[in-house]
Amino acid sequence: MSFPFLSIIVFSPVVGALIIAALPKEKHLAIKLVAVVSAFISMVLSIYVFFDYDQAAGGMQFEEQIRWIPSLGISYHLGTDGISLPLLLLTGIIIFCGVLISWEKDVRPKEFFAFLLILVAGVFGVFVSLDLFLLFVFYELAVLPMYLLIGGWGWPVTREYAAMKLTLYLLVGSSIALIGILAIYFEAGLGTFDIMTLSQVGFTPLFQYLFFLPIFVGFGVLAGLWPLHTWSPDGHVAAPTAVSMLHAGVLMKMGAYSALRVGIFILPIGAQKWLPWIVVLTVVNVVYGSMVAFAQKDFKYVIGYSSVSHMGYVAMGLASMTVIGISGASLQMFSHGIMTGLFFAVVGLIYRRTHTRQIPELGGLARKMPFVAITFIIGGMASMGMPGLSGFVAEFQVLAGTWQAYPAIAAISLIGIVITAAYIIKVSYKVFFGSLKSEYEGISAVSTIEKVALFIMAALLIIVGLYPSILLDVINTGVVPIMMRLR
Amino acid sequence: MSFPILTVIILTPLLGSIAILFIPKERDRLVTRLSIAISFVVLILAIVLVVSYDKVAGGMQFVEEYSWIPTLDVFYRLGVDGLSVPMIFLTALLTLLCIFYSSYTIKEKVKQYFMLFLMLEMGMFGVFLSLDFILFYVFWEVGLVPMFLLIAFWGGKRRLYASIKFFLYTLTGSVGMLLAILGVYLNTGTFSIMEAASLQPFVDNWPLAVLVFWGFFIGFAIKVPIFPFHTWLPDAHTEAPTSGSVILAGVLLKLGAYGLMRIALPLFPQVFGYFSYNVPIIPILAVISIVYGALICVAQWDLKRLIAYSSVSHMGYVTLGISAAAASLAQSGNSDLVTSAIIGLNGAAMQMFTHGIITGALFFLVGVIYERAHTRELRDFGGLANRVPYYYAMMMVTGLASLGLPGLVGFWSELFVFRGTFGIIPIFACIGVIGVVFTAVYILWKIIQHMFLGEFSQKKWDQATHHAPLSDLEWWEKVTLWPLVTIMIGLGLYPTPILNFLNSAAVTLLDKLQ
Repeated sequence: MSFPFLSIIVFSPVVGALIIAALPKEKHLAIKLVAVVSAFISMVLSIYVFFDYDQAAGGMQFEEQIRWIPSLGISYHLGTDGISLPLLLLTGIIIFCGVLISWEKDVRPKEFFAFLLILVAGVFGVFVSLDLFLLFVFYELAVLPMYLLIGGWGWPVTREYAAMKLTLYLLVGSSIALIGILAIYFEAGLGTFDIMTLSQVGFTPLFQYLFFLPIFVGFGVLAGLWPLHTWSPDGHVAAPTAVSMLHAGVLMKMGAYSALRVGIFILPIGAQKWLPWIVVLTVVNVVYGSMVAFAQKDFKYVIGYSSVSHMGYVAMGLASMTVIGISGASLQMFSHGIMTGLFFAVVGLIYRRTHTRQIPELGGLARKMPFVAITFIIGGMASMGMPGLSGFVAEFQVLAGTWQAYPAIAAISLIGIVITAAYIIKVSYKVFFGSLKSEYEGISAVSTIEKVALFIMAALLIIVGLYPSILLDVINTGVVPIMMRLR
Repeated sequence: MSFPILTVIILTPLLGSIAILFIPKERDRLVTRLSIAISFVVLILAIVLVVSYDKVAGGMQFVEEYSWIPTLDVFYRLGVDGLSVPMIFLTALLTLLCIFYSSYTIKEKVKQYFMLFLMLEMGMFGVFLSLDFILFYVFWEVGLVPMFLLIAFWGGKRRLYASIKFFLYTLTGSVGMLLAILGVYLNTGTFSIMEAASLQPFVDNWPLAVLVFWGFFIGFAIKVPIFPFHTWLPDAHTEAPTSGSVILAGVLLKLGAYGLMRIALPLFPQVFGYFSYNVPIIPILAVISIVYGALICVAQWDLKRLIAYSSVSHMGYVTLGISAAAASLAQSGNSDLVTSAIIGLNGAAMQMFTHGIITGALFFLVGVIYERAHTRELRDFGGLANRVPYYYAMMMVTGLASLGLPGLVGFWSELFVFRGTFGIIPIFACIGVIGVVFTAVYILWKIIQHMFLGEFSQKKWDQATHHAPLSDLEWWEKVTLWPLVTIMIGLGLYPTPILNFLNSAAVTLLDKLQ
């Protein structure tokens, strides 16, 4: 058996969390070091796996399979392909940057970092699971620490409400999806939860019509699919910075990924039936999300709703059922993950210094933190689809795919791009330019650790924007098999 | 492999702006000198390009092609023909003059200003040189951001409103264009502009061809701007710093007209012809731009706004010339039509160049007086002819060129546009000519008479300008203006050098479309 890269990626954060649990709670530095090292190991290994993946061969690679509960046909089956690799990479980068951004956290850091690491282990697990049951376990594993993190370290005003709302929405979503998963298990009658095996079973069209919808929508809740998105802005806003980054950056992708992997991959006929209807919801996501973002006064809510809008492109690309659309959706997941991670990091940095997120109360901050302003603007330009940054390539592909399948939907979604530009300009201007309030003259400088985190994310947006092939070549190896199933 | 001069032209400003990034921000003089040096080198490169382009052979030259995003069929394709070479020269010249002029007038955030200006130059070059739709779109958008920032940070009082309006207007146009690009790609399977043109997208699908054509057309029309998409322009111009206005009017508006000639006409000759001849929406919009733009100028009392609206009017000639050439395609061809079409297209292309030179000079001249008086209200001036004779002379030459006096460049381009249009869609030529009359009215009556003629009243001047000192042109203002005035007179007397370029492009284009 080859070296178990994927298991190490998944369990390095768990080991980190266990070590942190064993450390005395006043040793803040040691706790943070353990957290950063375990996140770093996962990141480096995910980068290694990404570049070591054999693009020419394609398909599932780095597979590991151990029988876990044979009587139920549940096995510990991991593997990664062109769709999950970029997400693995994304998760590695976001957790590393998230830990860096939380470096100055000194409220009960022990529990905070332990929960954060468990959360990320769940996320990694979802992306590499090839067993439906295992996938579901990891999925739930990621949701629970979220509740604790938001409830315990979130914004005191809304954290209890937001944590509860988020958990209930996601649990309802996942239990609906669970029904679908169980239905697949019993209908196949093979006594296995293995995704690759189940995808070979020819389910009857009627079964696919019936159960595609609960699976897609159940997971779609986590992807922020309209009208089931309302937990997401509340959750983003109430969460502490690193959790918002993970949440919007990676967790929402888990929903889209699972909807693709379980819904479209296993039940392609159902997808063909339902997606032409679901695409209408996605365009509402894009346009309505951007309009609501424009109307917000709270900086963090703007970013929260922008995620709703941008995740709409992911769902729209998937719903187009074209090679270019699905490839764009995958790239958009990566691009939006980095971009929104950057945004939430910036919001967090500013909030910690000014203690307000009300846009009218901010202003002129570029003079105090020029580096932050530049990285935010780079993220903003990626968000509005400026060429040369990753967002353009992703949205361009999604539009191309959608235009092929549903020209009218593609045309309507353009409104979203224009409104996005409007709110990005508005927010950038009001927060970073204009006159600086006198009470912010003395705010502390941005530390080097925080700058490193911002730099990594901003640089990635530019690299992927100028040379998208670095991701697209890998993504395409994953999209092709899915398209074969949809034909 | 030959020397990749086009890539070098694009990259030099970019490298310059990166170099400026590393200069400490207190060292303003180093920043300005480096920027001037870089834009001077770029101008030299542009002149090398002008000299070495083979006008006899014509067609696309200095072509470079490399794969960029293989999974999406996107290539890095560059090339120049007789249409783009003069535009490259115009861009390089105006940028150098703007940077030179700004080095004396910009005192705040000097480093950022010059960085943005060089990036703007790169974006404009990119648009004129791209032969790949995606690359074209990339540069189209890349040019937007620095211009937006130049207005937003160095502009006048209502700069925020103006810059955001400018940005959103243009972005709205460009996303529509993006969809049209996708449409062409899905139909022809290529992002190459030349290849797509030879494949003629949607020949068998008229409704879709019309839709995609308008997607492009509106995107370009907003930039030109053609009535009724022009309302962003007066605001943007009025609020922009002087050099920003010069580049905006001198080059950025041409990007739209260039797009019409490079993309809209070659890809959709039938549709363009249909909407120019059978259902003549485009020439109607063109003459409305010409006449209505000129009428507004007559009514304006803000000098800068007046010049801005004159751009709407003058860019209308460009649209008219192009639509005349398109209209010729919708009629059964005889040789007279072809000749008229070639003349019309030459006129349109030349108008792009001459308008760039003339309006560039006009905006510099507005900047000169505004620097002194801090007002642009025409009623505040009067009798300046005696006090600032050098300035008066410059304004006189430029103004006369603008109204199309024979012997200056403006005359030739307008003559060609009207000659071409008259041979194809005469009614629109007749209406368009009215615009020329109003142009004479606003240049002579509004600008020359109100500003320069009559008695100079010191009291009125002091009252309007709060006792600002009035002096004639400084040496650096003269240096900025002379190259433009020289071109106005030189090409006015002997327009053949530029016509050789434009004609080779026009003939090639129409040959393909016949």
